[in-house]
Amino acid sequence: MSNHYYNAEDLAKFGNVAEYQKEMADKFFSYYGEVFKEGHLTAKEKSLIALAVAHAVQCPYCIDAYSSDAFEKGYSESQMMEAVHVASAIKGGAVLVHGVQMMNKVKEIGM
Amino acid sequence: MIKSLKVLHHPLAEPLNQLEILEAHSKDTSFREKLGLYGMFPLRSSGIDILQINVGKMCNQTCKHCHVDAGPDRKEIMSRQTMEQCLEVLKNSDIGTVDLTGGAPELNPDFRWFVEEIKKLGKHVIVRCNLTIILANKRFHDLPGFFKENKVEVVSSLPGFTRDRTDRQRGDGVFEDSIKALQMLNQVGYGAEGSGLVLNLVYNPAGAFLPPAQLALEKEYKAELLSRYNIIFNSLYAITNMPVSRYLDYLLSSGNYERYMDKLISAFNPAAVSNLMCRNTISVGWDGYLYDCDFNQMLELQVSTEKSRHISEFDLQALSNRSIVLKQHCFGCTAGAGSSCGGSIAD
Repeated sequence: MSNHYYNAEDLAKFGNVAEYQKEMADKFFSYYGEVFKEGHLTAKEKSLIALAVAHAVQCPYCIDAYSSDAFEKGYSESQMMEAVHVASAIKGGAVLVHGVQMMNKVKEIGM
Repeated sequence: MIKSLKVLHHPLAEPLNQLEILEAHSKDTSFREKLGLYGMFPLRSSGIDILQINVGKMCNQTCKHCHVDAGPDRKEIMSRQTMEQCLEVLKNSDIGTVDLTGGAPELNPDFRWFVEEIKKLGKHVIVRCNLTIILANKRFHDLPGFFKENKVEVVSSLPGFTRDRTDRQRGDGVFEDSIKALQMLNQVGYGAEGSGLVLNLVYNPAGAFLPPAQLALEKEYKAELLSRYNIIFNSLYAITNMPVSRYLDYLLSSGNYERYMDKLISAFNPAAVSNLMCRNTISVGWDGYLYDCDFNQMLELQVSTEKSRHISEFDLQALSNRSIVLKQHCFGCTAGAGSSCGGSIAD
C-alpha cells in the first residue's frame, strides 16, 4: 500500500480496474466515452458539468482531469470558478433546505 | 518589451542545447523507433508540393510560445538575392504553393515585390500574417488591399475569441488589434463565401496542453466571432505547440516540460504520420538553407540531402525522395489528431 489514500499518478491507471473485472470495466468505459461525445450538449458543455460535479462529489482525480479538460476546451478561470460556485450553491442549498425538515420536527414536538 | 532568447544570450537560443534536452527526456521512446514499430521508418518525402519560406525572424510581437524566437530585436532578414534564387527554383518546378512565414513576413522590405513575383509564376501564395502588423504602422494599413490584389491566402493566429487567452500568449493589446485587423480583412472581402479570398485562423493552446478537436472549435469560433465582432473566416486550424525555443523555455520554467512530453508521446497517433507536412514541404531559411519543416529549421537540422542543402543547389529529384530528419520534437506533430501548418491531419 502507498502512504497516501490519493496519488495523482493513479489517475492514469484508471483503466487498470479492468484487471479484476474486465467485462464490467469495458462496459463502464464504453458508456463513459459515449456520454462525453458531442450530442445534444457539446463536449465542451459536458466538460464544465463534469467539473462542477467533480467538486460536488469531491473527487480529486475528477477535479484534476476536468480542470485540465475544461481549460483546454476554452473555458476561462472565472467561468470555471462560477461552475464550482454552482456546485457549491447546490450542495449548500441541499444542506440548508433540510432546515425546513428540522423546523417541521421542532414545530411538531414543541409546545 | 520582451527580448528574444537570442538577445538575452539564453542557453536555449542554441539549438544544440534544445536538442540535448529533448533527447534526454525520452531515451527509451525515440521518435524514430516509434515509427519503426509501425513500419514507417525511415520517413520519406512524398514529393514537394509546398515551398515554405521564412523571410526573416523580425516580428512586431514577441509571443511566449514562438518556436522561431522572433521579435523586434531579431535582425535576420532574407535578402533579395535569396528570394531570386527561390523564384528560380519555383520557375523550374511544378511546386504549386508558396507559404510565406517569419517573424512577420511583411517586415521584410522586399516582401511585396516577392509576393508579386511569385504570383507572376502562377503559384498560390499563403501569407502567415500575425494581424497586428496591419495596424503597427501606417505603411501596413493597405496590406488587406495588397493581399486581395494578389489573391493571397491569409493564415492568421488567434488563440482565443476572448482577450484574455490571446493577450496571455501574444502580448497585451494583441487581441484588440487582431480583431480590428480581421474586420479590415473582411471589409475587402476576405472570408466571404464566393469571394475567392481565403482567410484561415490558427488556434494554438495558451498553455501546456494539446488543442481540442478542430471541428468543434471551428464551429464555436465562427459563432462567437460573428456574434461578438461580426467577423467571418473560412477555416480554423488547431495547431499543437512544439517543444522548441521559447515554448520549450516556457515548459521548462513552468515545470510542465516532463508532463507535456509524456503527453505528446502517449498521444502518438500513427494515422497522422502519412499526412505530416514535412512529407510534401521544403522549408527555406532566411539565409537560403533547406529544412524538412520550420521546426527543424529553428533547430538547425538541415535536410539529409548533402548535395542539396541550399536553395542555390536545389535538386528537386533528390529532395523529393529524401528521408526526413527526425528528432523527439516530432512527437508534437503526431500527437492526438496530429498537427501541421494546416491544422489537424488525422481524425
